[in-house]
Amino acid sequence: MIDLLMIIVFVLLVTVFMIAIGTYMYRIFFFTEAPFDRLFLPVERVIYRLSDIDEDASMNWKTYAASLVVTNFIMMALMYLVLRLQAYLPLNPAGIPNMPPALAYNTATSFITNTNWQAYSGEVAMSYLAQMLSIIYPMFTSAATGIVAAVAMVRGLTGKSPLIGNFFVDLVRTIIRLLLPLSFLVALILVAEGAVMTLKPYVAVTTFDGTVQTIPRGPVAAYESIKHIGTNGGGFFGANAAHPFENPSPITNLIHMLSMMLIPSSLIYMLGLVLKKKKQAWVLAGAVWFIFLSMFATVYISERLGVPALTAAGITGGNMEGKEVRFGIAASSLFTTVTTAATTGSVNNMHESLTPLGGFVPIAQMMLNNVFGGVGAGLMNILLYVLLAVFLTGLMIGRTPEIFGKKIETHEMKMMAIALLTHPFIILVPTALALALPGPVQSILNPGSHGLSEVLYAYDSGAANNGSAFAGLDADTVFYNTTIGTVMMLGRFISIIALLSLAGSMGGKVATEGNVVSLRTDTPFFGAIYVVVVLIIGALAFFPVLALGPIGEQLVMWFH
Amino acid sequence: MSDQYHHQKIDGQKLTNKAKNVPNNPLSAALIRTALKDAWLKLDPRKMITSPVMFIVYVGMIVVFLLVIDPNLFGSTKVGRDYNLAVFLVLLATVVFANFAEAVAEGRGRAQAASLRKTKTETMAHLVLKDGTIKAVPSSTLKKGDIVRVREGELIPADGEIIEGLASIDESAITGESAPVIKEAGGDFSSVTGGTRVISDEILVQVTAGQGESFLDKMIALVEGAVREKSPNEIALTTLLAVLSLIFLVVVTTLVPISRYLGVAIDIATLIALLVSLIPTTIGALLSAIGIAGMDRVTQFNVLAMSGKAVEASGDIDTLVLDKTGTITYGNRMAYEFIPVGGAQQKDLIDAAYLASLYDETPEGRSIVDLARKKGAHIDEAYVSGAEGIDFSAETRTSGTRFQDGTVYLKGAVDAIVNKLTANGKRVPGDLQASTERIAKEGGTPLAVLKGETLLGLIYLKDTVKEGLKERFAELRAMGIRTIMLTGDNPLTAATIAQEAGVDDYVAEAKPEDKICVIKEEQARGRRVAMTGDGTNDAPALAQADVGLAMNSGTMAAKEAANMIDLDSDPTKLLSVIGIGKQLLMTRGALTTFSIANDIAKYFAIIPAMFMLAMPELKMLNIMQLATPQSAILSALIFNALIIPALIPIAIRGVRYRPTSPDRLLARNVAIYGVGGIIIPFVGIKLIDLILHGLFGV
Repeated sequence: MIDLLMIIVFVLLVTVFMIAIGTYMYRIFFFTEAPFDRLFLPVERVIYRLSDIDEDASMNWKTYAASLVVTNFIMMALMYLVLRLQAYLPLNPAGIPNMPPALAYNTATSFITNTNWQAYSGEVAMSYLAQMLSIIYPMFTSAATGIVAAVAMVRGLTGKSPLIGNFFVDLVRTIIRLLLPLSFLVALILVAEGAVMTLKPYVAVTTFDGTVQTIPRGPVAAYESIKHIGTNGGGFFGANAAHPFENPSPITNLIHMLSMMLIPSSLIYMLGLVLKKKKQAWVLAGAVWFIFLSMFATVYISERLGVPALTAAGITGGNMEGKEVRFGIAASSLFTTVTTAATTGSVNNMHESLTPLGGFVPIAQMMLNNVFGGVGAGLMNILLYVLLAVFLTGLMIGRTPEIFGKKIETHEMKMMAIALLTHPFIILVPTALALALPGPVQSILNPGSHGLSEVLYAYDSGAANNGSAFAGLDADTVFYNTTIGTVMMLGRFISIIALLSLAGSMGGKVATEGNVVSLRTDTPFFGAIYVVVVLIIGALAFFPVLALGPIGEQLVMWFH
Repeated sequence: MSDQYHHQKIDGQKLTNKAKNVPNNPLSAALIRTALKDAWLKLDPRKMITSPVMFIVYVGMIVVFLLVIDPNLFGSTKVGRDYNLAVFLVLLATVVFANFAEAVAEGRGRAQAASLRKTKTETMAHLVLKDGTIKAVPSSTLKKGDIVRVREGELIPADGEIIEGLASIDESAITGESAPVIKEAGGDFSSVTGGTRVISDEILVQVTAGQGESFLDKMIALVEGAVREKSPNEIALTTLLAVLSLIFLVVVTTLVPISRYLGVAIDIATLIALLVSLIPTTIGALLSAIGIAGMDRVTQFNVLAMSGKAVEASGDIDTLVLDKTGTITYGNRMAYEFIPVGGAQQKDLIDAAYLASLYDETPEGRSIVDLARKKGAHIDEAYVSGAEGIDFSAETRTSGTRFQDGTVYLKGAVDAIVNKLTANGKRVPGDLQASTERIAKEGGTPLAVLKGETLLGLIYLKDTVKEGLKERFAELRAMGIRTIMLTGDNPLTAATIAQEAGVDDYVAEAKPEDKICVIKEEQARGRRVAMTGDGTNDAPALAQADVGLAMNSGTMAAKEAANMIDLDSDPTKLLSVIGIGKQLLMTRGALTTFSIANDIAKYFAIIPAMFMLAMPELKMLNIMQLATPQSAILSALIFNALIIPALIPIAIRGVRYRPTSPDRLLARNVAIYGVGGIIIPFVGIKLIDLILHGLFGV
């Protein structure tokens, strides 16, 4: 009962923040005058002047996409160089050596793509400079990149021009007006709740039994806030959000989850405001919530039911393996659902220890990649499936399908095709490759279906730019570092480029006024169609591998 | 569909929408025989490659054929030759069924083309040389710009414009309409079509189309499907189908190493069976048939669409721009009401109007007689005998009948009659003025009726809205399509007619060039516009419109600018064409949805079957309780093949379509093709499994 109350409160809170931040983002990106201009504008102007940005120049999709990709690649090159040369650079008191090439490549791609897959161990692999330039810096820029790409896509789909905004201005405004203030606020709350925030070195304490233990600490609260607001997910500590310094109380646990849902949900509300049809936002949010809650129910019930063998042995109360006792099954299940829905990738419990069907939920959500989704990328994927649903069903009312009054034609379909194909391709092909080669198979911890899930989860997490790990798999090998790194890059940039191209061509089209003739996308009926299209098209490609992996494993567990 | 619309044209030609060039039985035995043969001929790989989905099936079929010859070709396997043979045969059937669907659609077009080609016989043309002499040459040697003389009884050798003379021409070869039409030099009725016959008089024609590019040539090529290009929506859909196929190709290929990791070896034939079941073969097989059949349905309405794109575009129409005269109204004024003045009896007025119009053969005169009869006019046969008509002249502006007893009944322009009365010093009824004004205000034309020297009253002539149009416009409105009426009338008249016809908007006092402005304005608001036209000054607007329907009776300029030509010259047919365009898109959408929805059941059939031996617990996914793995796989595959011929009738006829709101259409089609698409294969596969297992022991 209390669990039900928890989920209701959670949904309500997300909705309240969605309206507030969605409205704020609408003002930032779609108005010349926005709140707190007096405060932010001077700062922004200085940045524009220093970097020679013409803030009034709007870009076509090609310039926008090129600016986005080039900027990201330059940042990534910088991150890679810092990791490779950290031994010679300052701020390395522990004398940590240079990172090997494959791991550096993997780490740089991981953070520039908003994935935060961590194949390294922070304390022994990274200097302070590397932590700052290769982790915290891209946590802001990669989140901002995703957000601005989504904003540009919305401009194209709803606007009257093939020009979809200025990438640099969008990026600066996102960081200065959205990410920095929000991170600051959230960090303050986390500190108030007991999260650690210090620049002092690790403490050595003498424990009750007289031994001396070194307790690591650091600027955790600052790190945690952008980690979740930007759906980044890389943990300060190895235990990630299960660690009491990262996640000290039920309140911080809730704040982490709300932070992750904040921008992905707000972008949906912003879309409704841009369209001047809030109903559209409610329909889409409702559809996405439906999938989310079904997923939550699956993992929650599955964990409650637990493992038959243990129940038979008299251990009741569901599956608590890999979970913090202080969070319990409900809060752990919700965190798992949130972190893979919003593709953050932080964890407060070990996903490998979930029941197979419980483990199915994170895998499936990352395969769909649009159950809210990561900041920006999520909305883009939602819109991709809205376009697809409109294309399939729109024909059935006897018209060339239209979205927001604009026709979906050959070019748009080609771009959609690229985005649709990429995701299953970069999950299934490397998974198959890893399972076919003797070397990579050595990294797998568990046999059979569970082993398959370990590998599948790794590439799924990379492709969805999630970054959470199933654990079990030893991914710090040249093979996994390079393949997962490449999967993260492809998963991030191919769909951004394709969908920006789609947005550009849609931007050039004239929208039909008063479209009574078209398929209406702001009805509950369309919401239902959207859900079915997501489940059929999004999941059809993965049904066989899911049947062999988590579903098969669960059936074996139940019926063996 | 719309036989209720027929009307009198100025030349008295009776027009109907009935298709004339179509074989009576749409799916005759002969057609099916030819199609069956063609289905095999289409197995040529060069033809197969045009459909990416079916090409994958085709390649799979060849691979399985190799496995029939040597089951161990790709590594040793326990799978027997008979199973491979069964898979091969089902795949072959799938491909042949797809080809058959296309062949059936093409066959119907070809039957029409054959009847057209009969007209395209080689004739001798009488070429007029520069010096004025005439030389007989074969019609195939005529070039653009040549001038030919055509006399009574001769076939017009090529498309052209009459530059001299007037003739009545039998165009039945093209329109199927037997009544001749009058064509003359200059004006909007000067274009003639090669293959039609002059049945009176003599004309000089300047050739406008060389050999092979004549109207008839184009028409034959179009109905035959020879020049069929994929339309934009078809390309978009093909892209989607291709990417789905590609995704499943990735799924099936990667399944090999993934299952091998789990210690399961899957044989190639089963993998191909899974792939073929999953890729959207149903829509892939029927897609081109749907397109051809859509064009064909337009042609059956005696409308010639210049491209599939035009048919598709007509489904997208948001706004119709229609001329009032000839399109919305009959174009000639008809008697509507009798209004007595000066205390005259209604009955006397009706009788007088009837008598005055006895010899008036104009449509107006006929309409007065019809209305009078309907209102109970009674005349004495004996009285009428020996009466003679007084013809209308520009001078008197009246016409009527003189009877043997000397009484004259006249009807005519009100001022002409009034002048006549005042000149003779007769009284004009006082309430005449008011009634006349009322009629004029409502957009009608008043005619005064005179019996002897007494003015009995007025005949109210009105331009009448065609029957059934109001309902049609209401249907269009329900579908969200706006209609805009263009008329040269004054705003008051225009408003009256607009209200009567139920159009959404009108432009009064419109000049011909206003058409293009209205179209551009609508297009600037993102709307797709359709219009009809026949005159040379309609040509720019026809070209600007997204769908321009030119009348076959119109000028060559109009016909060339348009993307559709109505051979019956009935502008209201545009409404039917819109319906066909919508039906075409709906059919595509419905069958695509059906095809994709089918995959759910196929997964539940095949996936447990593939892995049941290695992971017996997966049998829980075998929710259809299919008998054996082999039977499950073959059942899914056979269902996949059989659904193609089962849906051919829907592909050819189009899904059932009634004009209604988009929301309702969607709900209905989603229920039938979406939900049905999920459920039907579960039932179908189970039934096939029962048969396979029960009868053949698979």
